[in-house]
Amino acid sequence: MTAPTIALAPPTDLSPRVRSLVPEDFAKPSGREEEWRFIPNGAFAQFMEPVEGAGHVIASASAATVVSIAALQSSWLPIDRPSAIARAHVTHAVILEIPADHESTEPIHLSLSGTSGVSYEHVEIRFGRFSKATVIIEQPIESAVCGSIVVTVGDGSTATVVNVSDSNRTLESLLTWHADIGRDAHFTGTQVSLGGARLRVLPSVSYLGTGGNAQLLGVFLADEGQFMEHRLFVDHDRPNCTSNVVYKGALSGEKSHTVWVGDVLVRREATGIDTYEINRNLLLSDGARADSVPNLELETGDVASAGHASATGRFDDDQLFYLQARGIDEETARQLVVRGFFADIVSRIPDAEWQTDIMGRIGARLGVPVEIVGDDE
Amino acid sequence: MSQLVITDLHASVITDAGEREILRGVTLTLDSGCTHAIMGPNGSGKSTLAYVIAGHPKYVVTSGTITLDGQDVLAMSVDERAKAGLFLAMQYPVEVPGVSVSNFLRTSVTAVRGEAPKLRTWVKDMKTSMADLQMDPAFAERSVNEGFSGGEKKRHEILQLGLLAPKFAILDETDSGLDVDALRIVSEGVNRYREATDGGVLLITHYTRILRYIHADVVHVFVGGRIVETGGPELADVLEAEGYDRYVAATA
Repeated sequence: MTAPTIALAPPTDLSPRVRSLVPEDFAKPSGREEEWRFIPNGAFAQFMEPVEGAGHVIASASAATVVSIAALQSSWLPIDRPSAIARAHVTHAVILEIPADHESTEPIHLSLSGTSGVSYEHVEIRFGRFSKATVIIEQPIESAVCGSIVVTVGDGSTATVVNVSDSNRTLESLLTWHADIGRDAHFTGTQVSLGGARLRVLPSVSYLGTGGNAQLLGVFLADEGQFMEHRLFVDHDRPNCTSNVVYKGALSGEKSHTVWVGDVLVRREATGIDTYEINRNLLLSDGARADSVPNLELETGDVASAGHASATGRFDDDQLFYLQARGIDEETARQLVVRGFFADIVSRIPDAEWQTDIMGRIGARLGVPVEIVGDDE
Repeated sequence: MSQLVITDLHASVITDAGEREILRGVTLTLDSGCTHAIMGPNGSGKSTLAYVIAGHPKYVVTSGTITLDGQDVLAMSVDERAKAGLFLAMQYPVEVPGVSVSNFLRTSVTAVRGEAPKLRTWVKDMKTSMADLQMDPAFAERSVNEGFSGGEKKRHEILQLGLLAPKFAILDETDSGLDVDALRIVSEGVNRYREATDGGVLLITHYTRILRYIHADVVHVFVGGRIVETGGPELADVLEAEGYDRYVAATA
């Protein structure tokens, strides 16, 4: 662990400047750096230095094993100070292996919990060649966590990972989430952000071969006082791969603040790729703030398609009037619109029970019990 | 037998530049089973009357009353008015992305009826109503009004009219932008509603052509924010021949 595994990327593109297992290789952020500039004063300070007595994250799923971190063979390197500190101090890793050629029809539920109030996390999920499975990760509810999820998507496999962050409202969480996508493999990574006082999630993908496909999807719902940042990085470094990023956020209440940054880098060698990213935000009330920054950097013009978009809109008075004029009360109208807004992402979770569960949590957060239409009789 | 009574209604629109009076003393009584046409030139305030009855927050009532069977409509919220039996078919129906037509209709019908319709009969009712209006069943899964053509939006409004079966329907320029076939289909939908429920209709229009398909018992001429003349169906023929110039000149 003390090996000087440090790599410096050229400072001209969107890729992380530093990747290292050594926390000291990362300066303590001042808040003026591009990647930290949206963070509220004092937020995540506890993760900038090692925490005395921090625990680690364990999993309840029998399919997963908890191993000593020392036994871990991982090529992934942390990209910022908190993730490097977590990697340096976490004692155990949660490992989930999907064997080659294995097809799982039922989703694998990975329910995580921390062994202490602040817990370091390291989760690795490895999809073997030509496997097909869905993994639903539920982040700890009672623990502030800092750490990483590392997904390896084997050649030709179809991997779906849903990460649900819905912790108690007093807690901070900071997660990096990287996926390496094999040749002709399909990866869908869906982030569901609901809980916590402050949440920062950094999903990223890179490709290990040609023909890889990445779907990075996200729903986030921030209300009064909540801060959520999602900062994505898609690193197109192989030819003929595709990426599609769709993140949707709804904000309600005073001082709710969300940040979405989508960095897509298409390197010179990544010819024939197809990429599109979009962030849509729905402001449900005054006093909410949504920052949205799509960045697309092309080092080659020889691509099939490359695009990005961002739109932040209000739940407007005319929509509300139309629904109310049909007898629907204001709360239900709001609920209908938010459910509709999120439906196209949630419906892509390949399990009906989890779709219902996620929609139910969204509805509960909006203060209205959810009626699942078509559920009676 | 229900009655919608509007008495000396004055209302203003709220804009950034302040309030501007649009309705200047509207008085009208509409009974169940009756259809009144309100005809007037552009900018006469007839659409404002429709919105004020439905309770759009952009308008403020400065004096006068609206009652439905003696109940004070102006004291009700927008959704309470719909539940009390008022329906506004809008000239420009609003797009609600992400909310499917079937989900919207069922939520609306549940709210207005006070209980969820039984799923089996509901699906049948919806399909029958859509077929009557020559709407493709695939519409049920599309987002409310999103990407609908003008004619599709109007059919969707009349679909709601049939399913919600209100006591009174206010149709705000439902005929505008419709070709002859669509106008006929939409008019037949309104006529089915009248027969099925004995509801009252306030038909707001600029042109007389919809009156060839929907019989109006009473025709009002609306100019300058109030009714300036009231007559029978024959008044529409006079307006068709002569236009509104005579009235506009008189109030100018």
